Amino acid sequence: MSKKQKKNLVRIIVAALICAGGFFVPTTEETFSFLWFLRLGVFLAAYLTAGWDVLWKAIRNIAHGQVFDENFLMSIASIGAMIIGDYPEGTVVLIFYQVGELFQSIAVGKSRKSISDMIDLSPDYANVERNGEVLEVEPEEVAVGEIIVIKPGEKVPLDGVVVFGSSGLNTAALTGESALRDVTVGDEVLSGSVNTSGLLKIRTSSEFCDSTAAKILELVENSAENKAKTENFITRFARVYTPIVVIGAVLLGVVPPLFDGNWSEWIYRALTFLVVSCPCALVISVPLSFFGGIGGASRHGIMIKGANYLEELARARTFVFDKTGTLTKGSFEVATIFPEGISEEELLGMCAAAERISNHPIAKSIVRDAEKRELKIDAENAEEIAGYGVKAVVSGREICVGNARFMEKLGVPVKNADTVGTVIFCACDGKYAGRIIVRDEPKENAAQALKKLTELGADRKIMLTGDRKNAAEAVAKTLGLDEVRAELLPDGKVAAVEEIYAEKPPKTALCFVGDGMNDAPSLARADVGIAMGALGSDAAIEAADIVLMNDNIESVPLAVKIARKTHRIVTENIVFALAVKVAVLVLTAVGITNMWAAVFADVGVSVIAIINAMRAMRTNKL
Amino acid sequence: MKKTFKLIDLDCANCAAKMETAIKKIDGVKSAAVSFMTQKMTIEADDERFDEIVKLAVKECKKVEPDCEVVVK
Repeated sequence: MSKKQKKNLVRIIVAALICAGGFFVPTTEETFSFLWFLRLGVFLAAYLTAGWDVLWKAIRNIAHGQVFDENFLMSIASIGAMIIGDYPEGTVVLIFYQVGELFQSIAVGKSRKSISDMIDLSPDYANVERNGEVLEVEPEEVAVGEIIVIKPGEKVPLDGVVVFGSSGLNTAALTGESALRDVTVGDEVLSGSVNTSGLLKIRTSSEFCDSTAAKILELVENSAENKAKTENFITRFARVYTPIVVIGAVLLGVVPPLFDGNWSEWIYRALTFLVVSCPCALVISVPLSFFGGIGGASRHGIMIKGANYLEELARARTFVFDKTGTLTKGSFEVATIFPEGISEEELLGMCAAAERISNHPIAKSIVRDAEKRELKIDAENAEEIAGYGVKAVVSGREICVGNARFMEKLGVPVKNADTVGTVIFCACDGKYAGRIIVRDEPKENAAQALKKLTELGADRKIMLTGDRKNAAEAVAKTLGLDEVRAELLPDGKVAAVEEIYAEKPPKTALCFVGDGMNDAPSLARADVGIAMGALGSDAAIEAADIVLMNDNIESVPLAVKIARKTHRIVTENIVFALAVKVAVLVLTAVGITNMWAAVFADVGVSVIAIINAMRAMRTNKL
Repeated sequence: MKKTFKLIDLDCANCAAKMETAIKKIDGVKSAAVSFMTQKMTIEADDERFDEIVKLAVKECKKVEPDCEVVVK
């Protein structure tokens, strides 16, 4: 409890004791008698102890033109009750109101703290080596290129490269997966991970504000800016709810007594209305639930950029996946080589030489295989033709390496038997020279993840790939995808996403999952763009709405589950709060309930809604 | 220009919503968000008038919740 909260607690207890004393003073019919004064005095003392600040705030806010301020409404309700002679009611309403406020403040503070603990990435200090001395400074004070020392058990404060020592780093805070990564001299380390065993010295490669930990923290903290539609709706609703209930109160206090003359009874009911008029339970629980969901997800290495994306993900029924690196491991292996008129090694060497300039995973696998066989791979004038392949000069011969479309474009007839895998063709001086089959194995848990999505009601799961159709279909079949769009050029992916977007059922959302490297436009086009394996990739963090720090495809169904749970909690809170408030309003209007029930409808509901909202944080058993 | 400010003692969620509405109405503000959860306020506004707009925004916040303090760095 904070100081302010403790002070309020003491005040509430004192007021409650005085108020309890008031109940022992017998009531009297005789106005202005000693007993009458005593009773009024005791309750008034309790009233003022409990609520002087409410009254004060009400006066101040009225001066600022805030008519429908909750302090003002509570003041009117309680003062009104005092004036019509219901001293205990007027006093207790205010005490309960304060209890509720205190409870609310504690609950919100607690959840805020546990959420920020969850994203416990920010280092408190850095040990920097300056002039042979090790100083403990704020991470912000360390410049790029300085040497920092990280002892076992400490958090890595800044990104950098190891210059001394070796150790195992725990990246759980970043990725949600408790895995040790062994690092030694020359390896890159990311801030936010924890040094578990040996002493490390690293040369920093970024300032604190550009470090991985700072970026992730910023991402989660800024998520509150992107408010969910439900939250905006509730805020708008709150703006009309209070005035309507207040007008209802005025009508209730004035119109019926004109007919039956029972002023005090109707005014009492009107005052009860005022107690219920605060929309706090709604306004507080909706963002709290979303924030809790975002915090809970971050513990699993799922960083969500805003409540709106969490909301969209809950509605997602169409899932579009990029194949390479998302559903498959993204590391290709050369499977078979079919040379044509030359030796196997000659073909592999030529292709590798040309492909060396390319960063494409397929090209890399060919180069890797050639290197393994210690082939000579030298090329001149190599140039990459996006979507087709590579053209280069190897040992004075013009070599073109690429897909079937490339060969077609060159007018080179090829041989192609149907095989599973991706086929790379090679043309030498305009003549077909053979083909290499490379394969990219699906991730072990990809099929499992897709199955879970189906169970969650994902009606359409589509894979996009630049691969040949039959190779792509073979992968799709083993994984259990519903559709495949194969042989897509890089810009064809966005077009495919557009097309699928147009076909999605109304009121559902489309989610695109990619590795974030080349799919920025698709990530942006989808309702929700999820980038995988984003740790250390700024481009992916930038482009996506939801960022998976780990490379685990099963985080996708987990994120959907978290989104659904959060959404359900939000709905529960809204329905519950509104139902109780409406019920109490109706019952009050007909005179069945009293001010006690109204206080429950106000603060009691808030507290219950807050406790319910805090469930959104719990994501371990999903 | 877009900047984030820390809020101290922002005690009620409804007040945060009211502040946000009021700040959005200030002339020159492109977007504004007041987060009760993170106790932060983000304002995006014209560069030339930014400081002036921030002052107006702080004033609006004080109007809604006099106890709430905006940390202007």
